[in-house]
Amino acid sequence: MSDSTLYDKVWNRHKVTTLPTGQDQLFVGLHLIHEVTSPQAFGMLRERDLEVAYPELTHATVDHIVPTADQSRPYKEDAAEEMMAELEQNVRDAGIEFSDPTSGNQGIVHVIGPEQGLTQPGKTIVCGDSHTSTHGAFGALAFGIGTSQIRDVLATGTVAMEKQKVRKIEVTGELGEGVEAKDVILEIIRRLGTEGGVGYVYEYAGEAIESLGMEGRMSICNMSIEGGARAGYVNPDETTYEWLENTDYFQDNPEEFAKLKPYWESIRSDADAEYDDVVTIDGSSLEPVVTWGTTPGQGIGISDPIPSPEELPEDKQDTARRAQEHMRVEPGETMEGYEIDVAFLGSCTNARLPDLRRAAEIVEGRQVHEDVRALVVPGSQRVQKTAEEEGLKDVFEAAGFDWRNAGCSMCLGMNEDQLEGDEACASSSNRNFIGRQGSKDGRTVLMNPRMVAAAAIVGEVTDVRDLPETEVTAR
Amino acid sequence: MTDAADVEIPEVDYVSGSGIPIRGNDIDTDQIIPARFMKVVTFDGLGEFAFFDLRFDENDEPKEHPFNEQRFQDSSVMVVNSNFGCGSSREHAPQALMRWGIDAIIGESFAAIFAGNCLALGIPTVTADTETIQELQDWVDENPDGEIDVDVEAETVTYGGETIDVTVDDAQRKALVDGVWDTTALMKSNASEVRKTAQDLPYVRDDQIPDAAD
Repeated sequence: MSDSTLYDKVWNRHKVTTLPTGQDQLFVGLHLIHEVTSPQAFGMLRERDLEVAYPELTHATVDHIVPTADQSRPYKEDAAEEMMAELEQNVRDAGIEFSDPTSGNQGIVHVIGPEQGLTQPGKTIVCGDSHTSTHGAFGALAFGIGTSQIRDVLATGTVAMEKQKVRKIEVTGELGEGVEAKDVILEIIRRLGTEGGVGYVYEYAGEAIESLGMEGRMSICNMSIEGGARAGYVNPDETTYEWLENTDYFQDNPEEFAKLKPYWESIRSDADAEYDDVVTIDGSSLEPVVTWGTTPGQGIGISDPIPSPEELPEDKQDTARRAQEHMRVEPGETMEGYEIDVAFLGSCTNARLPDLRRAAEIVEGRQVHEDVRALVVPGSQRVQKTAEEEGLKDVFEAAGFDWRNAGCSMCLGMNEDQLEGDEACASSSNRNFIGRQGSKDGRTVLMNPRMVAAAAIVGEVTDVRDLPETEVTAR
Repeated sequence: MTDAADVEIPEVDYVSGSGIPIRGNDIDTDQIIPARFMKVVTFDGLGEFAFFDLRFDENDEPKEHPFNEQRFQDSSVMVVNSNFGCGSSREHAPQALMRWGIDAIIGESFAAIFAGNCLALGIPTVTADTETIQELQDWVDENPDGEIDVDVEAETVTYGGETIDVTVDDAQRKALVDGVWDTTALMKSNASEVRKTAQDLPYVRDDQIPDAAD
């Protein structure tokens, strides 16, 4: 078992006791809730006559079903309105703070927690959403839970968990021009497999990780779950502290920053920490990665050929065959030139300000291809507001993108933003599962935000590094 | 006020029933229950939407799928392949399967959050190697009415007069066999230790810890 890693230290600080099952009861430092997975848990509390134990450590927002076009109430869709109303009632009754759309703080739960300074190093953070692993970017121990576990956390402030093993993933070297955090995590999942992380927590380290800003680290930790790891983290450092210092929480409580910094330093993995496994990846060898199939592990470099199922390990062959049939791709070809109908720039993986800025640089002075519908869905109202102030909205709209309000949107197609029929989508989101984006015949190609922007313009999957210059870019 | 400990938690040391094979690796939660069926505030009625997009075409006409086959309608032991339940944390997935009639799942491997959600519902997720699973799936196909006995405590599965060894995660086995898989009351009984842990954490402010009323 690992020893002296951040995971071990944070676990030990939060362990209340060992339960008769052998699982540990862990204290939860931050419980994030949203409208889709919490109403049933509140219902169970009512059935058992229990109250929310730690409302002050609980924070709510609405993201999954919220419309991103017309947000006037009541929402057009009855089911969405009902879920929103239920959440409003539940948080009001329990005294839970709610970043609702009228607050200016609403957004995807994994964007707003870090924004407001709720996400901090050394916290345990849970949410009824598998992408809770995102918060690990700050050196928090963060993982997704199911609704019965949400009930547990609401009622007790704790969760029952078994300790996992720790795999250190060291990404060495410097990322090449046009290669982003998203490409690193897609490559990690391609190499280790979608179930390679089951039973593990991933510690991301190495020069390529440490030189990323917080947003890039979030993109990587976000997709830990796509690699089977329930949690992933990066040790906190000066980049982390700089972000924290500028958040609401520490702007409002500057004395807390000085008080907590020694704790954050203390929970970093020791230099001689023991890991259950170590994997090294040469970051300088990577190129932009795109998926060709229907699991996030089915990725390739943009100039690499799609593998023939026979080349893959035997247990992957059947899935690959079905994926290639669904996606209508042929082994031996690259993904370059794969025609797309939709470009989606959004999600908890890639809808933060730097993501939109980088994509806007690609879009500026160019036009969305006539056969493509393209939309930008900012990760939060704050991202949206700043992006609008910076003129990014104008850039995207001038190019023909639809500029929306914050939410999960077409990442999972729970609101009106969905693929239709067999549309193919260049998507900055995290899952290319069949049916994920709202149509069971829809085809999703995962890629980084600049690659999505390039695909929107060309109308097909393309290497963003090869886009011909425009008048703007040539300046 | 009733005490939370009054919630009765059955011991799940044994599950038996006829089988249903669901073949394929990496069957994700979006396939088990598409997101559009999650626009509900209770889990009631989710059973009919289990594997919906694999079971029905665009005109809602049934397609070929074990969940549609008459011979499997009374089945309760599902036999799956590897990385079953990968993807989202939605408990809607095991809830839909449970409400369709599934009481236990035997597979090569399960995604972690999915297995945790199953445990929280008292559904065992037991594992065996690839070959063993394929043999069992083939047997179920030929014997749709055949009884499968899942002995959680002994970690065995018996079918067609044969008993095979399977693996049940230690904590899961203990939780199921001892009837402590619903952890709310158990953990609530440690409320004072929980407060102590909270007080010792530098980032938890005193005003965030409620008074010890109960």
